[in-house]
Amino acid sequence: MSATFEHPVYNYKVVRQFAIMTVVWGVVGMLVGVIIASQLAWPAMNLDLPFTHFGRLRPLHTNAVIFAFGGCALFATSLYVVQRTMQVRLFSDGLAAFVFWGWQLVIVLAAITLPMGFTSSKEYAELEWPIDILIAVVWVAYAVLFFGTIMKRKVKHIYVANWFYGAMIITIAVLHIFNNLAIPVTLTKSYSVYAGTIDAMMQWWYGHNAVGFFLTAGFLGIMYYFVPKQAGRPVYSYRLSVVHFWALISIYIWAGGHHLHYTALPDWAQSAAMVMSLILLAPSWGGMINGVMTLSGAWHKLRTDPILRFLVVSLSFYGMSTFEGPMMAIKTVNALSHYTDWTVGHVHSGALGWVAMVSFGALYNMIPILVGREQGQMYSIKLINTHFWLATIGTVFYIVSMWVNGIMQGLMWRAVNDDGTLTYSFIESVEHSHAGYVVRLVGGLMFLAGMLIMAYNVWKTVRGEQLNDEIAKA
Amino acid sequence: MDINDARGIATVCSLVAFIGVIWWAFGARRKGRFEEDANLPFADDHQDKPVESSSAHNANNFGDERK
Repeated sequence: MSATFEHPVYNYKVVRQFAIMTVVWGVVGMLVGVIIASQLAWPAMNLDLPFTHFGRLRPLHTNAVIFAFGGCALFATSLYVVQRTMQVRLFSDGLAAFVFWGWQLVIVLAAITLPMGFTSSKEYAELEWPIDILIAVVWVAYAVLFFGTIMKRKVKHIYVANWFYGAMIITIAVLHIFNNLAIPVTLTKSYSVYAGTIDAMMQWWYGHNAVGFFLTAGFLGIMYYFVPKQAGRPVYSYRLSVVHFWALISIYIWAGGHHLHYTALPDWAQSAAMVMSLILLAPSWGGMINGVMTLSGAWHKLRTDPILRFLVVSLSFYGMSTFEGPMMAIKTVNALSHYTDWTVGHVHSGALGWVAMVSFGALYNMIPILVGREQGQMYSIKLINTHFWLATIGTVFYIVSMWVNGIMQGLMWRAVNDDGTLTYSFIESVEHSHAGYVVRLVGGLMFLAGMLIMAYNVWKTVRGEQLNDEIAKA
Repeated sequence: MDINDARGIATVCSLVAFIGVIWWAFGARRKGRFEEDANLPFADDHQDKPVESSSAHNANNFGDERK
């Protein structure tokens, strides 16, 4: 970074660090995703080495995109938004530096231990106990930093985005600590304190609320600040945002059981999770509509502003995947979809379409400010537009191929002959999935290419260059 | 009183709390303050003015370098 830029009031240093690492870990995490996608299309891509085996790289991919890319995006934006809407500097620069370096250490340790095969085998919570303790310490420091800053605020009201970030911080602390309670055996091996069905229930209480609070509430915080900022107008209905917040956080927490339909989990718990998942459609869509309608009367801005396009299309994907999710939580639909690629497609319509795109929009808005420019004044506006189309088309390739694969797999697995024997062997469904896996890889490559373009654009912006190009008005 | 009474009471309390939130958010008396609150992201727009400096010495200081 050539020209140093320090804001007279706010701590932009930690925000800038997290923002840049969001881009770096985004490239890394998505690259690993592309590699394992190629392994599913062509298994020889695992190089026959233990470190590059699908079973080890898959948790590396999920941890990298969720906690490294998504996590850094949440740290960067939350620490930015809390300062700007409270109109005070972070309450401790030292704590901010500790949170940044602590989180980077967690990520590096994950990148080393997961390919080596150290895992607690809990999905999205694979890291072994010493790293779990480090995560808990860094997260609590982050909570102190965030809420400490709110406590010394200059304004009376706590803006709604901070409520979503705050709910995310508190809930993730509780989820992480309780799901990862374990008895250590050695430095690199531990056993969960929970057993059997209870372990599964704890795991998916954690797993689904990692989606609900880390990947939803946190990113809704981004939406409530950055959509109004980029659109240049306040959110459509602030009063709806209040109801949105309380409804969303009180319902999400009950839905995790839908990951355990038709398992040993008691039937009533499965049905309760299904009903709560269906109710969840209401606050999800309430929030989505609140975000999209913020553009009401300013739709023309979408023609020339690719940053706004990212934000609005992310909300469209959010609406789509929060419709798909409750539908897949219905037990009879789940009987077809569960364990198929449909689930993988659903996750990615949320992860690529919603989480990644809303983060891109926020970063393109914020990074220029962090280096002393006006909002959205990136090195190249046209490259943002190229990124937008690569990301959107890549996501569509990804989710459509997984819908086709998933429904085909579900139908093949349940097909029975007249005498009750299975019509297809499992391997036949794998063979038929090949074409979908190739299309998914193409989609992933497009998404990664867009991410690389973003990295170049951010690099040029941070170096102080500007092209002053524009999208032609259609 | 068995556990199901407690469950019923908890359900009713949740419903009352939810209706309370809606009443509070959409009450006519609070219309004005929520419209003001919605503008908080723009309340510090003056902070956006670029401040360029070759060093970090003027951190925490509304110095002359603000243009």
